[in-house]
Amino acid sequence: MAEAVTENKGFDGPDASGHFGPYGGIFVGETLIDAVEELAEVYKELSADKAFWDEFNYELKHYVGRPSPLYFAERLTAASKGAQIWLKREDLNHTGAHKVNNTIGQALLAKRMGKKRIIAETGAGQHGVASATVAARLGLECHVYMGAEDVERQAPNVYRMKLLGANVIAVDSGSRTLKDAMNEALRDWATNVDNTYYIIGTVAGPHPYPQLVRDFQCVIGREAREQSLAQIGRLPDALVACVGGGSNAIGLFHPFLSDSEVAMYGVEAGGNGLETGEHAAPLSAGKPGVLHGNRTYLMSDEAGQILETHSVSAGLDYPGVGPEHAWLKDLKRVNYVAATDSEAMQAFHQLTRLEGIIPALESSHAVAYAMKLAADMKPDQSIVINLSGRGDKDIETVARLEGIKL
Amino acid sequence: MGRLQEIAASAAQQKRKLLIPYLVAGDPNVEASLALMHGLAAAGADVIELGIPFSDPASDGPVIQRGVERALKSKTTLTDSLELVARFRADNSDTAVVLMGYLNPIEIMGYEAFSDKARQVGVDGVLVVDMPPAESAGLHQALRAAGLETIYLVAPTTTDKRAQSIVEHCSGYLYYVSLKGVTGAALSDSDLIAERIQALRSMTDLPIVIGFGIKDADSARAMGAISDGVIIGSALVERIAGLSADAVPEAAQVEDICSLIALARQALDTLE
Repeated sequence: MAEAVTENKGFDGPDASGHFGPYGGIFVGETLIDAVEELAEVYKELSADKAFWDEFNYELKHYVGRPSPLYFAERLTAASKGAQIWLKREDLNHTGAHKVNNTIGQALLAKRMGKKRIIAETGAGQHGVASATVAARLGLECHVYMGAEDVERQAPNVYRMKLLGANVIAVDSGSRTLKDAMNEALRDWATNVDNTYYIIGTVAGPHPYPQLVRDFQCVIGREAREQSLAQIGRLPDALVACVGGGSNAIGLFHPFLSDSEVAMYGVEAGGNGLETGEHAAPLSAGKPGVLHGNRTYLMSDEAGQILETHSVSAGLDYPGVGPEHAWLKDLKRVNYVAATDSEAMQAFHQLTRLEGIIPALESSHAVAYAMKLAADMKPDQSIVINLSGRGDKDIETVARLEGIKL
Repeated sequence: MGRLQEIAASAAQQKRKLLIPYLVAGDPNVEASLALMHGLAAAGADVIELGIPFSDPASDGPVIQRGVERALKSKTTLTDSLELVARFRADNSDTAVVLMGYLNPIEIMGYEAFSDKARQVGVDGVLVVDMPPAESAGLHQALRAAGLETIYLVAPTTTDKRAQSIVEHCSGYLYYVSLKGVTGAALSDSDLIAERIQALRSMTDLPIVIGFGIKDADSARAMGAISDGVIIGSALVERIAGLSADAVPEAAQVEDICSLIALARQALDTLE
């Protein structure tokens, strides 16, 4: 494998050239290098600018409705027969998921850079909706790339984006899903690089995206840390979050990385089971490679072709993962595990019936693993799950899987 | 001096422009690619850029994407692409071959294994589109150690400072991307391109060739007039799209497809 610079041995990455250990970096065509470097420069300046963060925090408070509550799931705890389970309620954010934390941050960046046109890729449509939402809020032109197969599977979100004034472009190439939407967004960016800002939806892509998306999502972990101290009386014993690209997980984990007593679990999509090969779990069952601008763990075959993935949850159905997660895996700071489709479905129903909270299928993977984990822990211990999104968008999928026609 | 450098030196001496067609290995099957490579050489190609099929060609436009999809359908891998070059070399030692592709298949094979194999089969140079110089140290070293040229792109968005660093890494020829966008887009203002090529000349003695947007004899002549040569990709791949996936093309079909390159050759040879 790669020889890349490994200057940062700790949790303070990325280094100046965008690496987390051997992962991350900038792997894009020459046409985009200048744009990526400009973004890194601008972000470096703005991240030291108090006025920028004041504006960001104002939006989070008044537009998104933050802070999101840390909620004690009493009946879920009782059902799990072990540690206390707490939910970080990102599902209560405006637009129904953690995605908006990032799109607000990046749209403010776009505005500062004078870019009037934004583009985004989306899988399930949540990031597309969050991008279209902030574009409407800031009066920016918005184009969302979405795999043709996902356009068919996620019709309500497609319509939602259109209502918000976005142009949704169905991508017919490759496997017609999220990774192909990202390829197409990169092509658009290379073509319209002068006036266009590309809002990447997760902690992947070329530097500085993994860093800046993380920084915008870290509001989750900072709040959860304070809330834990206030409500639980100490730090939680474990954090659990689902990992597709990994933005909600890194947002929760990062502010706790130096708290060595806090264990962390990133739950990947186990699909039909890791042994079947039909999953979306590159950290659990993949190997390092290069895709979409960064070096990270990927699902690829022996010839280096990227494999098609499978997950019941469109938001986790991606063959790569953010480079910082790759590094945290190698450092053994975070445990990466997987929950299967059926485990996630079961957890979806349990949380819905026991707490009156319908979780996104993505977040259901975290709930499934946390319930198992809780059973092996003591009642005076506590777990915080990042409930990254609400499940209204998934009810058609759930009904279809259970043979019910709505 | 390697084959590619010899070709460039003799072209410069004869005031002949380099003609560099691009095709995807295994589009629509490996036998067809082999026949086409010989056809391209006969039509006057100096260098053949052979695309390595990759599942996610994010820098390519729709025409080459479809070519890549056809190659993937025929299950052509990096290993198959290298074997194709070995078979081509059995009958041709005059035409340079440059492999062009994305990093992941090379990364999975391993930098040294790839470089050694590429040298053995008679590859002359390698261009990895998603590997900028800053990330290239390991592969670059392995390629140079194997005696292979390392070719890089310069884009309209490349700053002069970056261009300086790119020419320091580059050997064989410098590939100037004529436009912002992906392969196969329309050609932009040739005066601007000429100006940029002039600026690059002050930085390097490498031959500078132009790619992206060259589709016929006229555009080849126009771009050849302001550079050391041209690359023709999408227009050729578009023609290859008409071939049958399961058959070896007949000589007449190969000649017909390669007539695009023969006409470009004629047009370039009218230039001083």
